[in-house]
Amino acid sequence: MSVEFLVASAIGVMTAAGIYLTLRGRTFSVVLGLAMLSYAINAFLFSMGRLVIDQPPIWSADTATYTDPLPQALVLTAIVIAFGMTALVVVLALRAYLETGTDHVDGLPNDGEQHPDAGDEV
Amino acid sequence: MARARLCPVAALQPAWGNLPLDLILISLLPFLGSLGVALAARAPRMAHAALAGSFSLAALLLVLAKAPAVLAGQDISARIEWVPAIGLNVSYFLDPLGLMFAGLILGIGLLIIIYAAFYLSAADSSARFLSFLMLFQGAMLGIVMSDNILLLLVFWELTSLSSFLLIGFWRHLAEGRQGARMALAVTGGGGLALIAGMLVLGNIAGSYELTEILGAGEVIQASPLYPVALVLILIGCFTKSAQFPFQFWLPQAMAAPTPVSAYLHSATMVKAGVFLLARLWPVLAGTDLWFYLVATTGLVTMLVGAAIALFKTDLKALLAYSTVSHLGLLTMLFGFGTPMAAIVGVFHILNHATFKAALFMNAGIVDHEVGTRDTRQLGGLLHLMPIAATLGIVAALSMAGIPPLNGFLSKEMMLEEAAHTAWAGSAWLVPVLVTLAALLSAAYSFRYIVAVYFGPRRTDYPKTPHDPGIGLWGPPAALVVLVVLIGLFPQTLAGPLVQAVSGAVIGGEPPAYKLALWHGFNAALLMSVLAVAGGALVLWRFGLAERIWQRLPVPVAKDLFERFIAGLVQGCRWLSDGINNGSLQRTLFVFFLATLALGAEGMSGGSYAAGTRETLPASPITVIAWLALIAGVVAVVVSEHKRFLALIYISVVGLIVSLGFIYLSAPDLALTQISVEVVTILLLLLALNLLPKITLPRSASVRHVRDAVLAIGAGGGVGWLAYAVMTRAPNDPISAFHWAQSKPGGGGTNVVNVTLVDFRGFDTFGEIIVLGIAALAIYALLQTATRGASGARLLAWIPDIVRSPERHPMMLVVASRLILPIAIVVALHIFLRGHNLPGGGFIAGLVFAIAMLIQFMASGFEWAEERRRTERHALIAFGVLIAAATGLGSLAFGAPFLTSAFGYFHFPVVGEVELATALLFDIGVALTVVGAVLLALGQLSNIAQRAEKLETPKEAMDIDPTREAEAQR
Repeated sequence: MSVEFLVASAIGVMTAAGIYLTLRGRTFSVVLGLAMLSYAINAFLFSMGRLVIDQPPIWSADTATYTDPLPQALVLTAIVIAFGMTALVVVLALRAYLETGTDHVDGLPNDGEQHPDAGDEV
Repeated sequence: MARARLCPVAALQPAWGNLPLDLILISLLPFLGSLGVALAARAPRMAHAALAGSFSLAALLLVLAKAPAVLAGQDISARIEWVPAIGLNVSYFLDPLGLMFAGLILGIGLLIIIYAAFYLSAADSSARFLSFLMLFQGAMLGIVMSDNILLLLVFWELTSLSSFLLIGFWRHLAEGRQGARMALAVTGGGGLALIAGMLVLGNIAGSYELTEILGAGEVIQASPLYPVALVLILIGCFTKSAQFPFQFWLPQAMAAPTPVSAYLHSATMVKAGVFLLARLWPVLAGTDLWFYLVATTGLVTMLVGAAIALFKTDLKALLAYSTVSHLGLLTMLFGFGTPMAAIVGVFHILNHATFKAALFMNAGIVDHEVGTRDTRQLGGLLHLMPIAATLGIVAALSMAGIPPLNGFLSKEMMLEEAAHTAWAGSAWLVPVLVTLAALLSAAYSFRYIVAVYFGPRRTDYPKTPHDPGIGLWGPPAALVVLVVLIGLFPQTLAGPLVQAVSGAVIGGEPPAYKLALWHGFNAALLMSVLAVAGGALVLWRFGLAERIWQRLPVPVAKDLFERFIAGLVQGCRWLSDGINNGSLQRTLFVFFLATLALGAEGMSGGSYAAGTRETLPASPITVIAWLALIAGVVAVVVSEHKRFLALIYISVVGLIVSLGFIYLSAPDLALTQISVEVVTILLLLLALNLLPKITLPRSASVRHVRDAVLAIGAGGGVGWLAYAVMTRAPNDPISAFHWAQSKPGGGGTNVVNVTLVDFRGFDTFGEIIVLGIAALAIYALLQTATRGASGARLLAWIPDIVRSPERHPMMLVVASRLILPIAIVVALHIFLRGHNLPGGGFIAGLVFAIAMLIQFMASGFEWAEERRRTERHALIAFGVLIAAATGLGSLAFGAPFLTSAFGYFHFPVVGEVELATALLFDIGVALTVVGAVLLALGQLSNIAQRAEKLETPKEAMDIDPTREAEAQR
């Protein structure tokens, strides 16, 4: 079993979980899903630089081989931006909950009946 | 090139004819007039007309001043580069064809402005009307003078838009609005096809300059794309010129005030399509495809239009359909594809513009003075309105093709051309149908005369009929004079113009011909006599003809169009409602599904096998970490409804991801990920405090299964894609440059950090701005949460989980105080070494922020808040400003924005130190990160604190006071 396979399968599993969670009906699940998708996407971007072990992207005159620093730089900013996005979404969810009294993504009442167009409650 | 061959005397022309600016001035004058009239909206009505008229007149005089040079074949053009990268230039040229049209547009425009000044009632805003009219004039002038087909398209659309405004001028009338919409939909839709066609044409020819396209006729006709370009361009022309089956919009456009109908919908705009047919004649005409498409469409339109016109009771509708019919005639002539037919087409454009505009103005006079234009309420006006009657009768006789008027001349020549045109091997089809159309045309012309001016005088006119003032009859009279004079002296008056214009249309020397009243006894004369006699006969037995007409199943185009539009709207609504009904779940599902479909499509077309690059063997520890990650993910999904638990599981996932980064040679990422992880979990905890803690779990529904299938499909695809990429060798990455230049160019050995603050500093700069904006948005969202419905809910909020009796435990407080200075030093260290070793502004900022957040946690938000010295908003602002100032600093040294500089400095004791401006930039990054994180989490804590309704703790360490009170009880 190769590291590449482990990373790829982990990306796949996190993507699947992220998509499944973002399709849920409650804001908190959607937030979890977004966080999960961020992990997956960051890992995916990172893996585009191929996997290298024990060769940090620190330049020195006597190293011939190196790991690709560019995806790392891109992912670093992506991690921080993902935090900003998660924070904003969480606060939006909180404010929406405080305004409407429900934490359903489509504003359906918490205890209420099914909206004809909307999905499930969970 | 056509014009080159025609200009042997070019060198002899005076220099003033070549001043490039006058063409641009001519093209601008109507627009300036439009603007002027609009600005002078408060001026008296006659001032509007005077203003608009003087701009038209000035442009007309400038054009006429050019006429000798143009007719002599001189090359007159002007060119300003606009967007040369896409081949769009403001380039104008004036050749005989453009000259004739410009003369018609400006000359008839001038007459219409005078007429309109007297026609509009005091209730109509003449400033708005004339402003639109001048806008249209400028657009139309632009079409006929453009040398660049992209520019032509701009003007083409502008005529559609200004026509829309003018048709809907009486916006209180439903017909006006409907007619305007329909005209815009049809001509605008055709305009889209035209754009596509012109782009194809320009691509074939290799240029968007008309003069170059006109010289590339053979290349274009040989191209496999020629049919595509032709059909698309023809759709544009046919919709604009109301050709069958697009003819229906023109009669609806008659809801416009009559001056508009006379100007746009008879003399000018509807001729734009015909103009383009003539303009592109040298490159597009001459093929079988051209003949069958254009000539057939023209013939059918001519016949259908004439037939419908005959039975209309509204004078303007009658004239509208007759216009459709005449446009069909012109289209047919250009469709024949022979030089002689093109000459006749040119001549008829001129003649039709004169008599038809005069007739429309005549119908307007009748409407204005009698109060109706319904033939059933008219008749016997000959002696009541002698001037109008004379003008109307002469113009209508010209339309009928009666000698010695100009309509007779061109109709006769048209019949001559039709007489020897075979259609699909049949020699009689075209002549017979054309004669029939001419017969119907004569019939409706006679009907116009008889129904309005002859017959018994009536007693029930809505108004007392009388001749109008010269303001209304003067303009049509000027045109009627032309109708007669051109009819009598065609060769003298129109000969040279027609000769030159035909040369421009054909793109070469026109064949020998003579414009004359008498061509001897020939087929055309016979057809003409038949048509006139037949027309008279039809009118004599009009009742019978009408009964036959009513039996014919004629679909009402307007209803068909409206049903089509309604269907379209319904379809679109169904589609958009199906995709987006306001439900996030629905929208996201469709989004993911579409993405998955796109990915599947890409996979089906390309290679998706795993590559052959050597892989890294996985150690047992790696596998264990992988298992932990998978277990964490599964646990999050399974326990998604138990929210605190899910939060703990997801932090496991984040931790493994951080460890993975370390393992895979990305220490910066690991540091960032772990610190972001801490902040994120804190944030989610704070939010969860106020949100519901659990969701009621529900048994698996169809929806869950459906979502799971989609998710697994997408996850599988992404995972597979990642695997396929990772098992292939990198494809010449640009990273090598970053690697090589990091030290010599950026002055740092940590390539990731150098990339962030130097190579891609602009990205980072944008990113910290985004982060700052997100934090400010969070602040704004929460700051206002204490008001309104949300404020009421906050007030009513009751803590719904068990609280620890020790709110601020001593161990935690003491530890956090100890950690604070250490954490600050660590942050500083991470910051300073970042350029050369893992670290940098992002990570340092996060570490510092976490150190502060720990104080919130240990002693409460308010306690920490009281001891805060800096404004968090200001931190964000300073951060962004410092980064910006660093970037701008490089401008002062003549280097581009965000160029970094570095040097080595010797300090006593410390030794040699490298200082880079990138460090300053990184300070900005760190400050922004600290400010953003603290602002977001601080504000959230603040709200939570308010909701808890706790007293502010007096000490750094305390226990829940309610508990003490209970104990005492």
